Amino acid sequence: MTFHEQIAANRRNSFLLVAAIAALTVVIGAVLGQQYGNGPTGVGIAGALIVIMSLVAYFAGGRIMLGVSGARLLQKHMDPVLFNVVEEVAVAAGIPPPAVYVIEDTALNAFATGRDPLHAAVAITRGLRQKLSRDQLQGVIAHEISHIRNRDTLYTMMVGVMVGVVAMLCDSMLRRTFWGPPGRRRLELKGRSYSGGGQAGGGAQALFVILGLVLGILAPLFAKLLQMAVSREREYLADASGAALTRYPEGLASALEVVAGDKEILEGANRATQHMYIVNPIHEFEERASALMATHPPIQERIRRLRSM
Amino acid sequence: MPGGVILLLILGVILLWLVVSYNGLVRMRLRVREAWAAIDVQLKRRYDLIPNLVNTAKGYLKHEREVLENVTRARQQAIAASGPREQARADNQLTQTLRSLFAVVEAYPDLKANQTMASLMEELTSTENKVGFSRQHYNDSVLAYNTALQSFPTNIVGSVFSFQPSEFFQVEEAAERRAVKVEF
Repeated sequence: MTFHEQIAANRRNSFLLVAAIAALTVVIGAVLGQQYGNGPTGVGIAGALIVIMSLVAYFAGGRIMLGVSGARLLQKHMDPVLFNVVEEVAVAAGIPPPAVYVIEDTALNAFATGRDPLHAAVAITRGLRQKLSRDQLQGVIAHEISHIRNRDTLYTMMVGVMVGVVAMLCDSMLRRTFWGPPGRRRLELKGRSYSGGGQAGGGAQALFVILGLVLGILAPLFAKLLQMAVSREREYLADASGAALTRYPEGLASALEVVAGDKEILEGANRATQHMYIVNPIHEFEERASALMATHPPIQERIRRLRSM
Repeated sequence: MPGGVILLLILGVILLWLVVSYNGLVRMRLRVREAWAAIDVQLKRRYDLIPNLVNTAKGYLKHEREVLENVTRARQQAIAASGPREQARADNQLTQTLRSLFAVVEAYPDLKANQTMASLMEELTSTENKVGFSRQHYNDSVLAYNTALQSFPTNIVGSVFSFQPSEFFQVEEAAERRAVKVEF
């Protein structure tokens, strides 16, 4: 596939996956709402939660990320070659060059943050900076800048928020199923009516209770799987977009090979930030993480796709 | 719902689509123009860097005067060129002379070791790359714009408001974009 075709395919898949998560969230909202006796209100509350939490997370921004990882802001005179590499990719992308940070760690990794190209930064570890050639470096930077251009921080955050909302709603739903509405008598499992609200017959209510139980247990897991799938798809998209910027996929392919050969763990990273890096920093062997739960696609597959462009 | 309201709603949706499509085309056309101007920015940077480079190299390259003169002359011609075709040809010529200069520098370790020279060459190499990338970005913008103009249903808006497609930037020499890679 050419990189244009790959980009189109990745965008489509991401959109479908996010739509799936959104649908899941809305369904849960409806079921929970029905338990309270008012389905549409449940949907409305789910929607409102998503919007509010998204706005809060959107403006909290990349500064937290940079602080947590121990990154240092670079001036041009400190590393003119790196600066030039970043500027070249920015020219190819038609965006102002992002701020450049260095992480003083010998591990090999890089990440990008920023909600849009005007408020963006790329960070790279000292180890990676030293090990890569100019072309390889440019491939990595192009991948990172593509994340910014594709609004992946926004995407990831939206998905993360939805998964969080799903978890919250399911929690609430399960609790209501088991403990009944607050202040009323406890749930009795043998044929009595469960929730309050005085709505239609016991049969329909029982159905919603069972649905609630099933959804409540499975939905958060399902949402998580969808989230990981979105994350992997966006990584492939960033690879393809980066190759489209440099017109030289071999740069990133060979850089990934260098990184794949190095098993060192990056110290500033943890579960909350792992998805932001170019390769997963906390799993020593890519294969060990089960394919469905991985935030990043397997490196060999990424290299293969790049070399087939 | 009364028929009148439905009709109004449909008209509203159509109007919204019209506005969104029109603005989209305007934005893409502006991007094309911006990308064209960005090429000139990189070209100018390159012209400005060259005199410095030639001066620094002059002392070391006493026996390679011709190479330096070629660079200076090609630069003059590129600055004086008028019209996109002539400009492109003059720029290609300048790139050729610069490549010869870089090749010659490889043979003079003293000159290579000179800090000023090293950083000038890095700047010039990077600027060559940026010229190439800016042309690539221009072509990418043209592709996006022309594609939108030809795709249904945006092509309707395009022809109603007389949007014209843009021309791609073409270089005569295919290898021109991969400029000299100088690794020290």
